[in-house]
Amino acid sequence: MSSVPRAERVHRPPDSWTNALRERIVSTVPPGQALPDRQPVYVSSWIYVFGVLTLAALTVVVATGCVLAVGGSAWWHVSSLGHFVNSLHLWSVELFFGFMVIHLWGKFWMAAWRGNRVLTWVTGAVAFLASIGTAFTGYLSQSNFDSQWISAEAKDGINSIGVGAWFNVLNPGQMLLWHVVLLPLAVGAITVMHVVLVRRHGVVPPIDAEDGE
Amino acid sequence: MAIPTRTRPVAQQGRRAKEDRTRDSHSFATRPYDLVKEFVAALIAVSLLTVGLAAIFSSPDEPAITMAGWAEAAPNDVVATAAAELAGTSTSASYGAPYNSAAEGQKVLRAPLQKWGGVRIPVDSAALVLAPLTQARADAPTMAALATWRSAAADTRIGWATAYADALGKAPDGNPAAVAAGSYGPVPVLTRSFLDVALSGGLEGQLTSSGNFYGGDQTRALLLLSDGAYLEDSARAQHLGGDQWGMMNETGDYPGQPWMWLYTFWYQVPPFSTSENADAQVWALMMVLTLGLMFLPLIPGIRDIPRLVPVHRLIWRDYYRDHPRRPGQAH
Ligand code: HEM
Repeated sequence: MSSVPRAERVHRPPDSWTNALRERIVSTVPPGQALPDRQPVYVSSWIYVFGVLTLAALTVVVATGCVLAVGGSAWWHVSSLGHFVNSLHLWSVELFFGFMVIHLWGKFWMAAWRGNRVLTWVTGAVAFLASIGTAFTGYLSQSNFDSQWISAEAKDGINSIGVGAWFNVLNPGQMLLWHVVLLPLAVGAITVMHVVLVRRHGVVPPIDAEDGE
Repeated sequence: MAIPTRTRPVAQQGRRAKEDRTRDSHSFATRPYDLVKEFVAALIAVSLLTVGLAAIFSSPDEPAITMAGWAEAAPNDVVATAAAELAGTSTSASYGAPYNSAAEGQKVLRAPLQKWGGVRIPVDSAALVLAPLTQARADAPTMAALATWRSAAADTRIGWATAYADALGKAPDGNPAAVAAGSYGPVPVLTRSFLDVALSGGLEGQLTSSGNFYGGDQTRALLLLSDGAYLEDSARAQHLGGDQWGMMNETGDYPGQPWMWLYTFWYQVPPFSTSENADAQVWALMMVLTLGLMFLPLIPGIRDIPRLVPVHRLIWRDYYRDHPRRPGQAH
């Protein structure tokens, strides 16, 4: 701070953690760009819809998961309504991944990491990974034959790299908590970062587009 | 300080900017666009699609195998598994970390990662059989057999159990009733009683509760179940074997976890399909590939593919139509 030239220091608000945090929040996304009502003219392709579709599918996944949670972990085995909610949960997950993978390939072919957007790509990739972990623990939390078999198979992989004791796929209590608390929090947080980064930089311009064209 | 993302004049941007001239979008011409409406429309569309798929295709729910079910469907397999647990030759007994130190475990580039993880979930495979028998307060012959087992020297026990396991392997269909006579000590009685405990339906409770009313940790029950052949046979019958793209699929004709295809793929091809260290190798490879995906924008060559393959001209065709490339402009 002391290296800031005198003239500039005058215009800064007095130093405080609160001010620093506010500055940080305010400057993360340029004014008006958090939820703009206009987009650059080049944003005209169906591929742009897939990011939003992924977000929408994630919303449905979380909502249906919350309904499943109301009845407890074994409810869906004994209730036809529970089974239907489980089907909703399953199919929204399949859609979520389908949209996400199309989104990923779209962003690849657009080289959408250009112009300081590398972190947007990285957070997207981490979201993909965290989502795979979440879906995987979901399969282990089903308390049915699939859970038995998938966990019996998966333990060898996770044990082979020495972390099977901390992430014990044979312990459905642990897997259920990862599935409904830890990993969804991770996916949610990384998704928020991802979308904020997209708004921070705006949608990437076409390859070879000139500044301000 | 200026907002870091604000576009600065090109002249001020220094060397880095020459390599990557892509600007933040905020300086481009715009047109009206309703993001909230787009999201709400997407949410409605996805919800309807989900309801449709769920209504048409439902979801699989093959009940979990119970120990009683296993004992009824494959009693000989239960007996063989119990004998192997006592002999210390079952998969779990010879597993290594994190259950015991019976094996070195898998390695990546000579690094014994599995061993380094440590024995943090100690599982005594013989106890998978003996503890339920003890708790079940079985009949007098079983209690006597237990006492004989406990008072015998370790070598003697292993000798009995190994001999019995081998004899079972030779008997037609693994049938305990057809085993040739031999010196098996109390093992036949123990394994027979174990089958009875399994048939009674109490086995999973005894293996999971470990003294706690709530139980909740299925590690030992699942290890026992996967030491038998029945679990894998049931899975193979559903086309879920490890060499059948196993765990990324689920029962029935459901899509399962197709996003794990790359992980599962490696197990299907050499050198992994024949390697002792396949799990560790595939994990290591997947970690490298995952880092590759994460940092793809920094990898020369791969990051240039989208510039060279003109899919982007399709995606932004409206833009390129309105902004034709000027002659001499660098590609
Ligand atoms: C939880 C999963 C994800 C969600 C909810 C999500 C959501 C979004 C949304 C709403 C956008 C803006 C709209 C658009 O351009 O499509 C976006 C942009 C972007 N996404 Fe994702 N995404 C996810 C995963 C991924 C993955 C796996 C990648 C690639 C590894 C990725 C890379 C990108 C990039 C680079 C942009 C910036 C595009 C630009 O500046 O034009 N995202 N994402």
